[in-house]
Amino acid sequence: MAKEFLSGNEAFAYGIRLARPQVISAYPITPQTIVVEKLSEMVEDTSLQAEFIHVESEHSALSCAIGASAVGARAFTATSSQGLLYMAECLTYASGGRFPIVMMNANRSTALPWNIYGDQRDSLSLLDCGWIQAYAENAQESLDLALMSYYIAEHKAVSTPFMANLDGFVLTHTYEVVEVPEKEQADLFLQPYKTENKMDLATPRNLAFSVGPDHNIAFKYKEHVGILNAKKAILEAESKFAEIFGRKYSGLTESYHTEDADYIIITLGSIAGLVKETVDKLRAQGEKVGLLRLRYMRPFPNEEVAAAVKNAKAIGVLEKDISFGNEGTVYTNVNSALQKAGISVPSSNYIGGLGGRNIPEEEILYIFEDLKNEKGIIEFLGVGGAKA
Amino acid sequence: MSLNAKTLNEDEFFFGHKACAGCGGSLAVRIALKVLGEKAIAVLPAGCMSAVGFNFPQLCFGNNAIISTFAGTASMLTGVEAGLRAQGIHDFHAVGFAGDGGTADIGIQALSGAIDRNDDILYICYDNEAYMNTGIQKSSLTPFGAKTTTTPAGKNIRGNIRPKKNMFEIAAAHGIAYAATASVGYLNDFINKVEKASKIKGTKYIHVIAPCPTGWGTATDETIDFAKEIVDCGLWYLAEYEGGEFILNHQPKEFTDVAQYLKKQSRFAQLTEEDIDTVRNSRDQKWESIQKNYKRI
Amino acid sequence: MKPYLRQQVPKTFADIPEGTAYEAGFLVTKNAGWRNIRPVVAADKCVGCLQCYLYCPDGVISKAGDKVTIDYDFCKGCGICKKMCRFGAIDMEVEK
Repeated sequence: MAKEFLSGNEAFAYGIRLARPQVISAYPITPQTIVVEKLSEMVEDTSLQAEFIHVESEHSALSCAIGASAVGARAFTATSSQGLLYMAECLTYASGGRFPIVMMNANRSTALPWNIYGDQRDSLSLLDCGWIQAYAENAQESLDLALMSYYIAEHKAVSTPFMANLDGFVLTHTYEVVEVPEKEQADLFLQPYKTENKMDLATPRNLAFSVGPDHNIAFKYKEHVGILNAKKAILEAESKFAEIFGRKYSGLTESYHTEDADYIIITLGSIAGLVKETVDKLRAQGEKVGLLRLRYMRPFPNEEVAAAVKNAKAIGVLEKDISFGNEGTVYTNVNSALQKAGISVPSSNYIGGLGGRNIPEEEILYIFEDLKNEKGIIEFLGVGGAKA
Repeated sequence: MSLNAKTLNEDEFFFGHKACAGCGGSLAVRIALKVLGEKAIAVLPAGCMSAVGFNFPQLCFGNNAIISTFAGTASMLTGVEAGLRAQGIHDFHAVGFAGDGGTADIGIQALSGAIDRNDDILYICYDNEAYMNTGIQKSSLTPFGAKTTTTPAGKNIRGNIRPKKNMFEIAAAHGIAYAATASVGYLNDFINKVEKASKIKGTKYIHVIAPCPTGWGTATDETIDFAKEIVDCGLWYLAEYEGGEFILNHQPKEFTDVAQYLKKQSRFAQLTEEDIDTVRNSRDQKWESIQKNYKRI
Repeated sequence: MKPYLRQQVPKTFADIPEGTAYEAGFLVTKNAGWRNIRPVVAADKCVGCLQCYLYCPDGVISKAGDKVTIDYDFCKGCGICKKMCRFGAIDMEVEK
C-alpha cells in the first residue's frame, strides 16, 4: 500500500480509479473540478479504462450516468451546489430506477448570495431524493468511501445510488498523507457490477416506466427497503474492507468519547476533526464531553444516535445547514431518532460554517459551555449571539 | 436493394400502445423500429410515445426501451451508447424518439451536446407541432397561425404569432454526421433515411413530420393525407445534410394550395386571407433559400 | 415477433419487480373497445401491395400469404388503411 500526499478530491479520484467505473460523465463546478480533472488524466494515461463523457450540463451528467447504468455499466459522476440542484430531477430518477450510480458531491453553499465555499445546504436539502448520503471527515476516508460506495450501492439487497459528500475546500482542497491501496487488493474487495435491472440484448426489457396509483406505492416501498438495507451492507463492506486493507470504520456513526459523556456534540463532515481535538483538550481538563459523528445521513442511524447519547445531560447538533423557517435538518433528524427511542435528552442546534465561514475552536468550546445552560435553542454562530 | 413494404422486417416492436387512433407519431416510431430491428435500444422522454407505451404492466416495446427525463433524451442515449461500448458490446442501435417540445425546447441543450461530441446515436424527432401529450400547448415547432391551448385564437391574437424553428438546419449547423427531414406521408423516404442513418457512425438526426389528428383538428384517417400535403404545398420539405452539404430530395413540380392545406385543419380555422399570405410568403422565402443553398439529386 | 397479451398479470406485491425494469412487450389489455368502425378486407380485391400494412400506426395489419390480415384485438379503427388502399379492397363497417 503506497503512501501519497493527496487532497480530498484527489484521494476520491484515486478511490474511484480502484473501483473501475466504466462510464464517467461530469460537468465542472468549483470546488469539484479537481476530481474530474484527475479522472480525465487517468483515462488519458490509460491507468483507468473508462469512457469519459464531456457533458454540457449537470442534468446531462446524471442523465448520461443513468443511461450507462441502465445497460449495466458502472457509472460515476461528481458535482457540487448549484450543479447538484440543477441535476435534482435526475436524482429521484436514479433512485426510483434503482440505478447504483456513485456521485461525489463537493459540499458548497447554495445561491443566493453567490458563494463558492463550503457548507452542506446543497446535499442536505436533497436528503429525500432516495440516495444514500455519506459524509467524509478526511482525505483517507474519502478514498476509502469511494471504493466502498460501489460495494454498498450495488449490493443486491440495496441497488440504490450513493452520494459521497466532501466539504468544499476544507476537505476537497486540503492535502494529507493518504494510504492508496493496490489495484489487485481493490479487485479482491469489489467485483464487477452484475444486474438484471438493465436493458439487455439477449433479454429485452422496458425500463423506467410509469406506474399508476394501484402499484406505485409498492415500488416506493421497495425503494425504501432498499436504502434501509444499506445499513447492513455498510457494515458488511467495512468488515470486508478491514479484512483486506486493515483500516476499520465504525458503520453509520463514529463515537468519540461518548460512553460517559455528559455533553455531546453531534456533527458531520470535516469539522469533526476539530471537535475531536477540542474534546481531547476538555477531557484533559476533566470535562466529560464527547463527539458523535454522523457518517451517513441516509439511511439515518436512528438506533446508533439514540444509543450513543441516551445517558448524556445535553446534546448540541452542529451543522452547516438551515432549513429556513424551522431548524437545521440534521437537528430535526436527530430529535426524531431520540423521540422514537423514548429518550429525553435536552438538545440544541448550532448553525455554523455557512458560506464557508470558519468554525474556530472557540466556537466548539462555546457550544460545550452553552450546552450546560441552554435547551432547545437554534443559534446561528457568528452573528453576534443572535438566536432564533 | 432498398427497404420497402415487402422487404421490411415483419416483426412489430411498437404494438398494443394507447396512442390516439390515426397517430402519426406512433407510425414514425413503429416504422423506424422495423428498420432498426431487435438490436434497437430506444430512449423516449416524457411525451406522447412514452405515455402511451410504458404503463406498467402494459409495456408496448418489443425491444429494449427506456423513458428518459424530458430534457434528457440525448444525454441518456449518450450513456446507453457509452455503457454498452465500455462493456465491449457494439452490435446495437441507440435510438431516441422525442417530440417537438422534447427536442426543440427542453431537450435542445442535451441534443446539442451529443452532436458536439459526435456520439454514435440516432435521434429522431417526431414533430406533431405542439405539446400534444399535455393537451396541445405551443412549442417552438408550432407553426405560425396555429391555434393551441396556450395560443388561443381570440379577438386580439389569432393563434401562434411566431414561425416554426428550423431544427434540421440547427442540427446541421453543428456539422453533424448526418441529418434529414422526413414525413410519415412519404414512408419510403423515411425508411431509407433511417436505414442510411443506421449505417453512419456518429450523431444522426432525423426530423419527421407526424400529424396529430387530435391536435390538428383533422379526421383520424387523414393523417397520411396531411403528411403528404404539407410536403406537396411546400410548407415542409424532404432533405438531407451530409458531408457539409444540404441536399434536397424532392422538388414538387408545382406547390399545391397552401390555403387548402390550412383551411382543412381546425387549428388554422381562424386565419384571415392576410395570415394565409404571410404563410405563403414565408414558404416562398424559404424555398428561395433552398434553391440557393441546397444541392439537388 | 411482437408484444403480445399475457395470461399472468402482475397483481400482488410479490409480483412487483425490484426497480422499474420488466419484460419487454408485455401486454395485458386490448384496444378493440376504442373502435366504432372496423376495416374489412375484400380478399378478391386485395392485390397484396401492403400499403395498408405499411401505413398502419398500430401495426395491426400483417401479411397473410399474398394478402393481409387484421388483428382486431388492437385495431383502433382509424381508417388509414382504407385510405391507403388504391384498389378499394378495404371497407370500414360499423361495429355492432
